[in-house]
Amino acid sequence: MGRIYINGISSISAQPEDIFENSEPKIYHLNIIPALDQDYKSLIKPMMLRRMSKAVKMGLFCSKKALEQAGVDMPNAVLVGTGQGCMQDTEKFMSNMLDAEESLLSPTSFIQSTHNTVGGQIALNLKCKGHNMTFTQNSVSFESALLDVILQMEDTEVQNILVGGVDETSTEFTGFQKLDGQIKTEEIDNIDLFRSETNGTIISESAAFFSLGAERAVNSYAELKDVDIVNSIEPSRLTLKIEEFLEGNGMSVSEIDAVILGKNGDKRFDIYYDQLQKGIFSEVTQVGFKHLVGENNSVSSYAFWLASKILKEKNIPEIFKLNALNCENPKNILIYNQYLGRNHGLILLKSL
Amino acid sequence: MKGVAVTGMGIISAIGRNLTETHNSLKNARDGISFPEILPTSHTNLPVGEVKISNSEFSEILELPQDHSCTRASLLAIHAIKELLDSSGLSHFPEDTGFISGTSVGGIDKTEQHYYDYKNNAEYRKYIQAQHPGFTTEKIAEYFGLKGTVTTISTACSSSANAIMMGAQMIQAGKLKRVIVGGSDCLTKFTLNGFNSLKILSEQKSRPFDDEREGLNLGEAAGYLLLEAEDCIQNKEILGRVVGFGNSNDAFHQTASSENGEGAFKAISKAFKKAGINTSEIDYINAHGTGTKNNDLSESVALKRIYQENLPDFSSTKAFTGHTLGAAGAVEAIFSLLSINNSEIYPNLNFQSAMTETGLTPVIELKKKQLRTVLSNSFGFGGNCTSLIFQKDG
Repeated sequence: MGRIYINGISSISAQPEDIFENSEPKIYHLNIIPALDQDYKSLIKPMMLRRMSKAVKMGLFCSKKALEQAGVDMPNAVLVGTGQGCMQDTEKFMSNMLDAEESLLSPTSFIQSTHNTVGGQIALNLKCKGHNMTFTQNSVSFESALLDVILQMEDTEVQNILVGGVDETSTEFTGFQKLDGQIKTEEIDNIDLFRSETNGTIISESAAFFSLGAERAVNSYAELKDVDIVNSIEPSRLTLKIEEFLEGNGMSVSEIDAVILGKNGDKRFDIYYDQLQKGIFSEVTQVGFKHLVGENNSVSSYAFWLASKILKEKNIPEIFKLNALNCENPKNILIYNQYLGRNHGLILLKSL
Repeated sequence: MKGVAVTGMGIISAIGRNLTETHNSLKNARDGISFPEILPTSHTNLPVGEVKISNSEFSEILELPQDHSCTRASLLAIHAIKELLDSSGLSHFPEDTGFISGTSVGGIDKTEQHYYDYKNNAEYRKYIQAQHPGFTTEKIAEYFGLKGTVTTISTACSSSANAIMMGAQMIQAGKLKRVIVGGSDCLTKFTLNGFNSLKILSEQKSRPFDDEREGLNLGEAAGYLLLEAEDCIQNKEILGRVVGFGNSNDAFHQTASSENGEGAFKAISKAFKKAGINTSEIDYINAHGTGTKNNDLSESVALKRIYQENLPDFSSTKAFTGHTLGAAGAVEAIFSLLSINNSEIYPNLNFQSAMTETGLTPVIELKKKQLRTVLSNSFGFGGNCTSLIFQKDG
């Protein structure tokens, strides 16, 4: 396999993109946090915008920005990870169908309900006829798309791939997540997430897209080294799994400069992260992000955005840090994320 | 190039609960189209390809615990993968076995059944996560103890064809030694009403490629293949090889296919390139052929662009099973492999007259013929087009 460069990045979340430069975070006293509004019409025609759900809008907007930054007009492939897909349109069609007892229905929301709507709409907008894939495996949806990046890059004709993760919330469906213990019952400030000692987390919307290339560009951020997914693993076996993953890449734990952890304040499952923080990564700069942008099935794409920024800027803003260790010149970053103790993802990035 | 070996398969659909029943139905031209009896819908006039086993019957057959939370798509899949496991000669799946499953709507059957129950009825809340396709895949993985590389592809009606493609690439890249690939989708009110609102469901049995075709029938199914790397095969029987694959986006419309079949044309061309074979080496094409005005014309145009006047034998087998959405690619991959192994082309049912625009006539009766190489097409919403090429081993 050749090298894979991160040449363009863009994210939308509950925090502005310049949080990296300006460390004043937005604070929400909400357990379901919407993504910040964007100037969508600057890149998407208003007529199109009216028909688009938030996931499609966010996905397309980030895609265009990432490609523009990388100077890529037409990627060879479009790969999307979305754990919950186009929930807003699914909810609309579902509730209309149930309320109308299966009588006359408008097809619009059904058409836009399929999980690959975001990927399809990006292809349609870019007129991109290349390989187009949508992965929807809970918290490893984005990681699965990265796995496909590595597979597609085996083809020497593939130069650039657009890849991203996106998840939106919807009123009823996301609301259900309060009933089965996924969302905290008490409202907290997002910034206090890691101090919380209860079950559940805070759920959010986000999107992050990347233009990855086989060739290094002037403004390249970093390099994607490898990705792995593990459906289920005992907490006691996680350290070994991480060591094996690093070893497969000719590395050891001591070469990791910073670890980005998907800690989400759910006391039932943060044990996976806690043991790494106290164990193999106790001497490594630890970074969190869900206290700022919340949890969702493709939020590891935000971590990928964050890692790209850190490796390019050679700086880790204090607001993201989970421990007091400094890291002067971050070279290798590992991202580890899971949700509800399942669907564990590992992503390894390297500075240029 | 040798391609990736298929060493096991399993299937369940409206034409059979296993490979033997499926093969019998195919060679006797016996379709599985009926009116819905298990799906609780008011559209009892719409023909469907329904598996006549209720969820509780499945639970008994599969010996699931009383409190299981399997969706119908996972029940279908577990049933099919049990057959795959038996046919592969393995007693259980080794720990390093990967699992890539395709589905269009996953467990949305549970959402539509319990949408109004969740709030007041705690016993149903175990299904809240079932709406998302990954849940169905996880239930299947749990049943078989698959803990490693497990993921889901959801690209509407090409989902399981894409899962087969990705699995083959994972083997070729050396990332997996062994992977279960395919897909599962069950009948739901959500999809039945969705396709009905698009006015593309036929009130008769579907008639793919016929000039008078009126739309598709929905179906439910699960189909899975076991793909293995060369050093795992040993003396196992190789059912066929995945030699070519290609995916392309039509980039024309969210649901409709382009008039010139651009996405289909590109996907088929990529598959040929990957396989490194000429178009003339294809002995039979298992077409997507849903029976809708739009798909069948667009696909015919794409096939004519590739073959001009020399189109090989082709048929759509969707009139047997109904359109099984995310499972269709895997179901038809299995039909293609049955064709290769039994030297049979299964007929395109309910066909009477060629469409005026293209004049193409599919194979309409069982045809005995030596087959070495078969092309299978799957196209989906979002412009997603996938073609797979299967070849006899050796």
